[in-house]
Amino acid sequence: MRRTWAVILAPYLWLVLFFAVPMALIAKLSLSHTVLAMPPYAPRLDLSHGLDGISAFLGGLSGATYARLTQDRLYISAYLSSLGFAGVATAILLLIGYPIAYGMSRFGAGARQALLLGVILPFWTSFLIRIYAWIAILKPAGLLNQGLALLHLPPLQLLNTDAAVIIGLVYAYLPFMILPLYAVLEKQDESLIEAAQDLGCTPLTAFWRVTFPLSLPGLAAGALLCFIPMVGEFVIPDLLGGSKTLMLGRTIWTEFFADRDWPAASAVALALLATLIVPIALFQRQQAKVLS
Amino acid sequence: MFNRASVALGLAFLYGPIVLLVIYSFNASRLVTVWAGFSTRWYGALAQDQQMLDAIWVTLRVGLISASLATVLGTLAAVGLVRSGRFPGRTLFGGMIYAPLVLPEVILGLSLLLLYVALDLPRGFWTLTLSHATVTLCYATVVIQARLASFDISLEEAARDLGCTPLGAFLAVTLPGIAPAVAAAWMLAFTLSLDDLVIASFTSGPGATTLPMRLYSQVRLGVNPEINAVSTLLIALVAVGVTAAWLIQRPRRTGP
Repeated sequence: MRRTWAVILAPYLWLVLFFAVPMALIAKLSLSHTVLAMPPYAPRLDLSHGLDGISAFLGGLSGATYARLTQDRLYISAYLSSLGFAGVATAILLLIGYPIAYGMSRFGAGARQALLLGVILPFWTSFLIRIYAWIAILKPAGLLNQGLALLHLPPLQLLNTDAAVIIGLVYAYLPFMILPLYAVLEKQDESLIEAAQDLGCTPLTAFWRVTFPLSLPGLAAGALLCFIPMVGEFVIPDLLGGSKTLMLGRTIWTEFFADRDWPAASAVALALLATLIVPIALFQRQQAKVLS
Repeated sequence: MFNRASVALGLAFLYGPIVLLVIYSFNASRLVTVWAGFSTRWYGALAQDQQMLDAIWVTLRVGLISASLATVLGTLAAVGLVRSGRFPGRTLFGGMIYAPLVLPEVILGLSLLLLYVALDLPRGFWTLTLSHATVTLCYATVVIQARLASFDISLEEAARDLGCTPLGAFLAVTLPGIAPAVAAAWMLAFTLSLDDLVIASFTSGPGATTLPMRLYSQVRLGVNPEINAVSTLLIALVAVGVTAAWLIQRPRRTGP
């Protein structure tokens, strides 16, 4: 078994260099301050001066960026509204994903395979394209309002609103909700339901007391798999939301590309990371359980 | 009845917008949402759009190289995770594999950019390729790991008893056994690379504009039938590829 240790060395070092070190750099930069230079932040670690360089560097770090962020209402509301958007979208995803996954699991084996492909296929299709498709539907003279006009219904103003962001989130993440739910529902032993019904349960009670509790691991996996990336979503609020739609992913992007405030972008990223660390740990533990 | 209705509605919701996008790529009008008859003029316009063609070429090269790197590293990581049992730093390693799967892309992109700045690497084609390899390697690992965990290790042990070196046994016995998963991992990595906008925007530089970056800058200016045309081509490519992969893999899945 010693030699198999060696095979992990290459991916291990790769991930340390390209994942762990960059994360440390974000932490470091969030404690720096902006300067008019390239790169636009200070202090920089200068190892050519040995220990003096390190202590000068450590002395230059400060929590000022964080202090600035907590005092700015814009960041606080971006933070809260990110959690709000992700929470609402996750709840809607559970409500519409569960019946779909449950319905899929009741089909025959051959049809189930085809349906599974049907749900996976959009996931492989470009995210950007799928969101773009909604612009043509939701815009004022778009396809939705043309349809409403045919039915003599008043038009809806959806594009560039928070509602459009929720629609986009639900649409883009639906496969991520259906797949883990389907995985647990499909494996469920049907004789358990039969037993419950033999013992006098109505189909609905059997569902609530047997099927639903047994599907909770899939429900948790789906909810985490959707909630975590949605909190930091950038493309959807940027393309479907209005100028007032605040989400952290968009804040990081703007701080970085438009305002060139790298320390602020890093501090926001780190705050986001700190928020997500518990759900991520839960997700990882659950995946490890499923795989073992 | 309720089950069938919910599945049908779910699929309609998933596919409706895509179908509309494809239909309107054949619209004669410049106005995307006003139907003015069937036309393939936007596909013709696409073939003339040198910037778009350049972006497609960059995207394909980044995808091919990064997916191949990710698949090799992902296979090694999966073998390590499944076969080595406990080793120092295993928890950290597992964390580094799973975290990028769910972490917001904005964080990954920003962190990688900071690495390249710290290393004084000019941003461009190669920084982008390395970044995509890093993120997709995690997906590749998970896909291959799932397959490897169910692979009968006694086959490999038998090969070793018969005189194979560990590497020889792996290449001759295990690798062919997990080949479908390795192929699936490569395809997943390639598709994710093809699709990525956020990480590419942070880690790419002048001269290495990918198709999603180009599409994004056009989408921000409004809907445009040429975007529908290039989207339709991409959707067709992915649909054919995924369906083919599914049909190839299907007989193996129905086994015990």
